[in-house]
Amino acid sequence: MSDKEIKNLEEIFEQRIARDEKIEPKDWMPEKYRKTHIRQISQHAHSEIIGMLPEGNWITRAPSLRRKVALLAKVQDEAGHGLYLYSACETLGISREELYEQLHSGKAKYSSIFNYPTITWADMGAIGWLVDGAAIINQVPLCSTSYGPYARAMVRVCKEESFHQRQGFEIMMKLAQGAPEQKELAQDALNRWWWPSLMMLGPTDAESVHTEQSMKWKLKRKTNDELRQQFIDQTVPQAELIGLTIPDPDLKWNEERQSYDFGEIDWDEFWQVVKGHGPCNKERLDARVNAWEEGTWVRDAAVAYAEKQEEKKLKQAI
Amino acid sequence: MSTIESSSRMKTNTTDISEVLIQYIYGIADNALILGQRLSELCGHGPNLETDIAGTNIALDLLGQTRGYYQYAAQLKGGDTTEDDIAYLRTEREYKNVLLVEQPNKHFGYVIARQFLYDMFHVMLLEKLQNSQDPTLAAIAKKGIKEVRYHQRFSSDWIKRLGDGTPESHEKIQEAINTLWTYTDELFHMTEADKKAVDMGVGVDASALKGEYYTRVRELLDASTLEVPEMKWFQKGGKQGIHTEHMGYLLADLQYMQRTYPGMKW
Repeated sequence: MSDKEIKNLEEIFEQRIARDEKIEPKDWMPEKYRKTHIRQISQHAHSEIIGMLPEGNWITRAPSLRRKVALLAKVQDEAGHGLYLYSACETLGISREELYEQLHSGKAKYSSIFNYPTITWADMGAIGWLVDGAAIINQVPLCSTSYGPYARAMVRVCKEESFHQRQGFEIMMKLAQGAPEQKELAQDALNRWWWPSLMMLGPTDAESVHTEQSMKWKLKRKTNDELRQQFIDQTVPQAELIGLTIPDPDLKWNEERQSYDFGEIDWDEFWQVVKGHGPCNKERLDARVNAWEEGTWVRDAAVAYAEKQEEKKLKQAI
Repeated sequence: MSTIESSSRMKTNTTDISEVLIQYIYGIADNALILGQRLSELCGHGPNLETDIAGTNIALDLLGQTRGYYQYAAQLKGGDTTEDDIAYLRTEREYKNVLLVEQPNKHFGYVIARQFLYDMFHVMLLEKLQNSQDPTLAAIAKKGIKEVRYHQRFSSDWIKRLGDGTPESHEKIQEAINTLWTYTDELFHMTEADKKAVDMGVGVDASALKGEYYTRVRELLDASTLEVPEMKWFQKGGKQGIHTEHMGYLLADLQYMQRTYPGMKW
């Protein structure tokens, strides 16, 4: 293809996106669009399956049967999200094995929030309420993103996430209204998860390298700072409602902006965790690598068995 | 006989019947709880996403069944008893699950072998329990049998895949079957409560299922190119609350929150 022809295709492509048309797997797309989408969708898929681990840590210790079943179902939903997202990613011409390899080798990233430890039951409430809350704010705009398979996966993901968020808030509410020890658990969890949740919405706009291109392709509709403000404005009244205190002495309502002003985020901590030095980066990755390596013989057996069955069928046909 | 005497005897009878039913329920429901707990340890650590999701599904079904049984037992106990009191606040000796279901997830072969050996029994048990004269137990069994048939299909399919897959998988699943075989006989032991529940028309005579169980298991192992273990000595004790050393650790996890924060609502 000549440069001119490519340029022509690119123009048609950009026009389609501008018209809000969906791009489908078999459509022509610029290489950069394909790569960016593989990066983002796979990061998202990896976040779902790494995200199973901190919550999985409390399934066996959930305090009641009702909570145990709900948590188990929630973590299972995350596995389901991982599946849809890996499938969406595979439509861009990359295999699941390659995607896992990128995760296991540390080449691909996942959401840094999952590198924090879950040390009390209240963390299950805080994760649902705050982490899923921030995720929804990030993800709702993706339901109308330009790449068809991703947009459709996100519609399903978002429905389940909002259920998870309510479930998390309900755990926190129950604790906050419970005995003093329970309220203390809830406040402590909020103290530990608040700032990492704000960081989850990404570096400030000035530092964000992908924002401009992503906005053009509708992979992003608002900037990180806008999303963060939206999250804070939505969450502060919820904390007040259940009598918990946001751990930010600089937090106050700004009448003029009709929004909350908030304190300085510790970006050094953010970059430390992103670069692999958070409290649980090693544990999380090790757990995934172990599960994968210990499962090799099982996956091999399934393939070998399927081949044998296929051979048998062929022989019978002859 | 005076009216007072007669009413007091009736009361004793009702209490006896409830107590038999409660003990009978523990004998079934504790298996579902403990196996569900074991499977839920694996959530997020499966050999691939599909099996992870399937294993979690089975855990969810079993815990759902557990809740049905325990809610009924709590009702029989009366007072303020809840399903969680029964699930979380008994001592180790008071749990009546069979030893098979508490065995650890040593590797995926053990998970599948344990599941298969239990599912084969579980299907037969619930098939019969559907005819219980106790309408609540019959209803739980009717709902559960659909789930348990799916479990059996899942575990049987994996027994075949691992048995007739690669030499390594064959060896691993055979090792798991051989190790867990010693716990199969206990499935058919009858406790005093089991016998009374059968006499009352509410329980299933598990001892009568034994022949058919081993025939079905043998057929599937044969079809999976696996050996049926030859064994004279079997382990027992779970039904009397005498468990293996694994049980205490399982309960330490299970009961952690309820023991640390007594009497709180979650």
